[in-house]
Amino acid sequence: MTSLVIAEHDNAELNDATAKAVTAAVALGGDVNILVAGEGCAAVGEAAAKIAGVAKVLVADDAQYGKQMAEPVAALIVSLAGDYDAIVYPATTNGKNITPRVAALLDVMQLSEVTAVVSADTFERPIYAGNAIQTVKSSDAKKIMTVRTTAFAAAGDGGSATVEAISAAENPGISEYVSEELTKSDRPELASAKIIISGGRGMQSGDNFPMLEKIADKLGAGVGASRAAVDAGFVPNDYQIGQTGKVVAPELYIAVGISGAIQHLAGMKDSKVIVAINKDEEAPIFQVADFGLVADLFNAVPELEEELGKIGL
Amino acid sequence: MKVLVPVKRVIDYNVKVRVKADQSGVELANVKMSMNPFDEISVEEAIRLKEAGTATEIVVVTVGPQQAQETLRTALAMGADRGIHVKTDAEVEPLAVAKILKAVAGEESPELIIVGKQAIDDDSNQTGQMLSALLGWPQGTFASKVEKDGDKLNVTREIDGGLQTIKLNLPAVVTSDLRLNEPRYASLPNIMKAKKKPIDAKTPEDYSVDLTPRLQVQKVTEPAERQAGIKVETAAELVAKLKEAGVIG
Ligand SMILES: Cc1cc2nc3c(=O)[nH]c(=O)nc-3n(C[C@H](O)[C@H](O)[C@H](O)COP(=O)(O)OP(=O)(O)OC[C@H]3O[C@@H](n4cnc5c(N)ncnc54)[C@H](O)[C@@H]3O)c2cc1C
Repeated sequence: MTSLVIAEHDNAELNDATAKAVTAAVALGGDVNILVAGEGCAAVGEAAAKIAGVAKVLVADDAQYGKQMAEPVAALIVSLAGDYDAIVYPATTNGKNITPRVAALLDVMQLSEVTAVVSADTFERPIYAGNAIQTVKSSDAKKIMTVRTTAFAAAGDGGSATVEAISAAENPGISEYVSEELTKSDRPELASAKIIISGGRGMQSGDNFPMLEKIADKLGAGVGASRAAVDAGFVPNDYQIGQTGKVVAPELYIAVGISGAIQHLAGMKDSKVIVAINKDEEAPIFQVADFGLVADLFNAVPELEEELGKIGL
Repeated sequence: MKVLVPVKRVIDYNVKVRVKADQSGVELANVKMSMNPFDEISVEEAIRLKEAGTATEIVVVTVGPQQAQETLRTALAMGADRGIHVKTDAEVEPLAVAKILKAVAGEESPELIIVGKQAIDDDSNQTGQMLSALLGWPQGTFASKVEKDGDKLNVTREIDGGLQTIKLNLPAVVTSDLRLNEPRYASLPNIMKAKKKPIDAKTPEDYSVDLTPRLQVQKVTEPAERQAGIKVETAAELVAKLKEAGVIG
């Protein structure tokens, strides 16, 4: 049994999601290898080799992999698949984009967003926005899956895997990268933030989000949002937390002016401590909140900022 | 260009689903069913392409039981031209759906297939990518903007860090994300008109697709329940509680 974990990275740095996927792969049993497909990504390969439990890192350094385009990356993974019994990709947007393409090319039914490895062929995964958990046994010879990173702790470092350069596969040449508009922020990214403060429709305008950012900066937190806040244009799309956005599980999640629709809860209800600030005491968010503050957020948030200042934050 | 849009009948997004006591699945009896919201967005996008003169015909297709025909009718009432109903009572996995859709695409020769990025029942997020792989076409997933550019298609995608724009050869598969558009409601006259639009009846056998599941569902269970906590009266009390819980300070 050998598994291939596909690294999530931006050519410069290895994303933490990779070490979490390694934990899932280790649970399958057998050896774990990592594939780093990218452009100018040697440092990523070296970082991947330090993850504990990894035997070998394959680095495919080629211009066609620089932007993780689905068609060439899937072709590369398929070309390597013969050596592996399992292919594991973190459920990032790259993982969700590329893995099903690989699975179909190999005639395998993919396991999406695996949250627990029960055995080498049996897995748990959420369905219906996490309102039900399905346990499925795969009869495919190869297991191909995306794993929900909030469900697996990151594998430690201290590994010393061999790093092997591999050549590129043939580029299908049917798609090309044009441009990117990335949200710039000095705050921690949502997937790895220990604290997240999120705003919803109740924030009324993007102009009010600095209220939350001030608190975020005191706490070293990331800033998220509900779909309603994103749809209304208050904040960029990549802030969205929920069933169809990002799934997070920080130590502390503070929901401000968010009602707590099931689609939102799906993305945050595994947080350790949940705080809700909402003026409607009937809001469903209070049913999952450890600490609820029924108040107008336009008073409560500045007060919270002041109180945090009093304890030296 | 001809546009093909697959649609799925799912439990309405407003319904709180309940797991069956025997753990065989979720309760479907007497539950409101609707078109998967992402598929509504796909149908809407196809209609907008037709209104803009880019698309010439919109064919909607569903794989599912008799009642899935209602979902096709909804799409036809929104503005699609005709439907294909691949009738089956079996649970069909995304891979098998993709194989059926590939066969349908073989007969219909669309230039663009717009698939919802995920169905809100199984949350798989696979069918569009699998279909594009099987066809050997490029894929523009999680699309928030689609624009024909000569003989290519520009697709802006919602990715983890923001937005990415890619250019695809046609034919192509696009999967729709929430910000692609806001779907219209069908008007009453259009609902009446839709009743006369043609729907082709097919079966998976017509396309020689084996539906045998690869994933055997062993059980479906409730997630761990979260207990509601306490209400605090002031921001000061909240900060004190968070300190006590060891999550700040
Ligand atoms: C297919 C599909 C996918 C979806 N995916 C997601 C997803 O991934 N993530 C997601 O979040 N949603 C998702 N949704 C949307 C979801 O159903 C809800 O519509 C959305 O989460 C509501 O956002 P909200 O809580 O900000 O807004 P609302 O439900 O409008 O709630 C606003 C809240 O703010 C409170 N409020 C207003 N003013 C104040 C004030 N001054 N002070 C204090 N409180 C105030 C109100 O009491 C209310 O509770 C999805 C929906 C569909 C159909």
